[in-house]
Amino acid sequence: MTPRSDPAQAFREEAQELLASLEAALLSLEEQPDDRDLLDTAFRALHTIKGSGAMFGFQAAAGFTHHLETAFDRVRKGELAPNSSLISVALAAQDHIRALIETPDQADMAEGERLLARVADLTGGDDARAAGAASAPAPATPGQEKPKETTWRSRFKLAPDALERGSNPLLLLDELRSLGSATVTALTGGLPPIEELNPLHCYLTWDVVLTTAQPRDAIEDVFIFVLDDTDLRIEQVKPDQERIGEILVDRGDIEPDTLEKVAAAQHKLGELLVEGGAVSEERVRSALAEQKHVRQEGEAGKAAGSIRVPAERLDDLMDQVGELVIAHARLKQLIAGSTDLQIKSVTEEIERLSNGLRDTAMGIRMVPIGTLFSRFRRLVRDLSQEQAKDIVLTMAGEETELDKTMIERLNDPLVHIIRNSLDHGLERSEERVAAGKSPQGTVHLSARHAGTQVLISIKDDGRGLDRDRIRAKAEEQGLIQPGARLSEPELFQLIFQPGFSTAKAVTSLSGRGVGMDVVKRTIDSLRGTIDITSSPGAGTEITLGLPLTLAIIDGLLVRVGQGRFVIPLSAVEECVELTAEEDARHKGRNFLNIRGQLVPFIRLREVFGSRLPADPYQKVVIISTGDRRVGLVVDQVLGDHQTVIKSMSKLHADVENFSGATILGDGSVALILDVSHLVAFGQTLDQERNAS
Amino acid sequence: MVANDNQSFEALTLALGGEIFAIDANCVHEILDMIPQTDVPGAEPFVGSLINVRGKVVPLSDLRIKFGMELTPPTIDTRIVVVEIPLGGESTVVGLLADKVYEVTTIGGASIEETPDIGMRWRPDFIKGIGKRGSDFIVIPDIVRIFTAD
Repeated sequence: MTPRSDPAQAFREEAQELLASLEAALLSLEEQPDDRDLLDTAFRALHTIKGSGAMFGFQAAAGFTHHLETAFDRVRKGELAPNSSLISVALAAQDHIRALIETPDQADMAEGERLLARVADLTGGDDARAAGAASAPAPATPGQEKPKETTWRSRFKLAPDALERGSNPLLLLDELRSLGSATVTALTGGLPPIEELNPLHCYLTWDVVLTTAQPRDAIEDVFIFVLDDTDLRIEQVKPDQERIGEILVDRGDIEPDTLEKVAAAQHKLGELLVEGGAVSEERVRSALAEQKHVRQEGEAGKAAGSIRVPAERLDDLMDQVGELVIAHARLKQLIAGSTDLQIKSVTEEIERLSNGLRDTAMGIRMVPIGTLFSRFRRLVRDLSQEQAKDIVLTMAGEETELDKTMIERLNDPLVHIIRNSLDHGLERSEERVAAGKSPQGTVHLSARHAGTQVLISIKDDGRGLDRDRIRAKAEEQGLIQPGARLSEPELFQLIFQPGFSTAKAVTSLSGRGVGMDVVKRTIDSLRGTIDITSSPGAGTEITLGLPLTLAIIDGLLVRVGQGRFVIPLSAVEECVELTAEEDARHKGRNFLNIRGQLVPFIRLREVFGSRLPADPYQKVVIISTGDRRVGLVVDQVLGDHQTVIKSMSKLHADVENFSGATILGDGSVALILDVSHLVAFGQTLDQERNAS
Repeated sequence: MVANDNQSFEALTLALGGEIFAIDANCVHEILDMIPQTDVPGAEPFVGSLINVRGKVVPLSDLRIKFGMELTPPTIDTRIVVVEIPLGGESTVVGLLADKVYEVTTIGGASIEETPDIGMRWRPDFIKGIGKRGSDFIVIPDIVRIFTAD
């Protein structure tokens, strides 16, 4: 992981871009004063500079920008014309903001005063007189320390009848792996000859070397249900112990004397011990695995440094890995008919390597979302002080990984959502107590993986969205017809309309109605979704659903008519056969009974207008996003496919059912199905059923 | 993409539905024989399929649909002309089906005439001009316009 970069520096870089876009917008605005988009761009840039500036301790810049923003808000409302004198003041002010941000110590405060006076003269207001007081940028928040890790060695042998009693050693191993970095070695020495083998008996013993920050109890807890008849030993591994002989002695597999005797011969110790019959070969192998594990952990600790790499190089790497995956798919197809075992084994080796390369290349781009979340601590602290509200920020799922570019682009939307929550959602302590809630308000940020998506939720326990006020405001602004019937989600989506704000007063925080449309735009551009739930008096939860940006995914290749299509494998739950009787109910309901649950299904042949007759035995691929499921009827399931996602050109931007295309092993193009779109489509079928 | 009216330019001439078309040679990447196509269900028929051009997924367009020409099945002469054109501020690579590709030639500015308003079977804004070479007429289509017009 990269060390946390200086947040103030991150803001400076962001401000550079924002100021540049502000300047461009101002200059264009001078030529086209009626262009609403330009005005919005300028305003959004000011708004974000103000917001992020306050967050990173650039109080002077934020204070100054606030007055400029107020002026532009009046322009937006049509109270003020964006004439050339205003633009020239704004451009000078923009230079001043740059100075305030880049060299706050040398910035000319008198110049700022003069500019604000000019802005005030032009706007006719007097609110711009008081320039923001300069305050020194606060020091960056200190980094969190990595918790201390210990390496444990555990050997366990389940009771022979453990399998019959329903214990699953794989689950135990998975649970151990979830605690930290683990190396698992199975000892198969207890296996009887095959004719004596009882398949229901568990003969194996496992050695697990685990490096974790968790205490010993956590490891013991894994075995809690099988503890009584499991032969379990857990020991701490000394960090400096590296030699194979020492490990074996420490484990009690050999006696120290034996070791000394053999060591005198000065050959490869493990081999000698095996030859001498002192210890079985597999126990040495297991000890070797431990040795490697300890070394790796040690090296990981030493080489925890990182290097900065330009993002383009990573993109190039990703492209090349993509090409490699496609080339491998071709190779695999070419030799499919061959009987040459050597070629086959080389191909398998290449497959293993290219898969590993793919995972590594993608991993390089992944950053835990905690790096983003931690930026908001300061924001919440400062804002709650400013508003005299008692608010605490809690977080969960900071380790959830997301593509780095995605994280960068999520910053603005999250700032806006949190600010809105603090300003509109959460109440002052007195109000909270009066409403029977704890005096301290909470904003909870969390992230988790759900299928093909990462869900980021921002939840507060404030007063909740005011349905009546949103409706009244929307009617006033002509966004909806008076008395129009809207479902709750539809109503809540209105807050993402540009210029929509229900706040009665404009504060330094929010209420101008920009912000939420920024959220919507950014999330849309990331192909994400926004869900809002809110209950009056109990709070609001905004959930952002984002795709894992994956340039390469595992896909399920299916055939519909003559066309081949890829379904992202992570969305696939299961494949079932469409029985003749289900199929016969063609005109009736299109629902499958999957273990007691009705799942709507879509006949892709009909959606895609395939003219060929259907295969006699069609399959249904059940896909899901979150907890919603839908079945896709296909002619044939062809198998899994490493899918390099290629985006489609603008000419196909209006084609809804596909999220991209890929190239198959034979060089032909296959389309990738857009799972969330198809699930939504399936859900409308479901609603029709419920309505009828 | 075609140089200003009444200016000479290097053009690739090709046959399309019995007419000769000229495309600015500068935007032509390559000319391919017929390769397997993948239909895109739900897309406009005029850009109804995708092809693989050296590892890139490229839309394949049949201009004959926009010009209301008869869609004859591909022959041994059928080619795909891969061009790069600006679409909505982004440079886009598109494959164009051609019944036959002739040659790269210079079309003299003097021989190009304004598109006549009458006597045209096609939407006038799809045509930049009509050139003449010998007794043949050469249609100079406005490719960008064809892809961006509704």
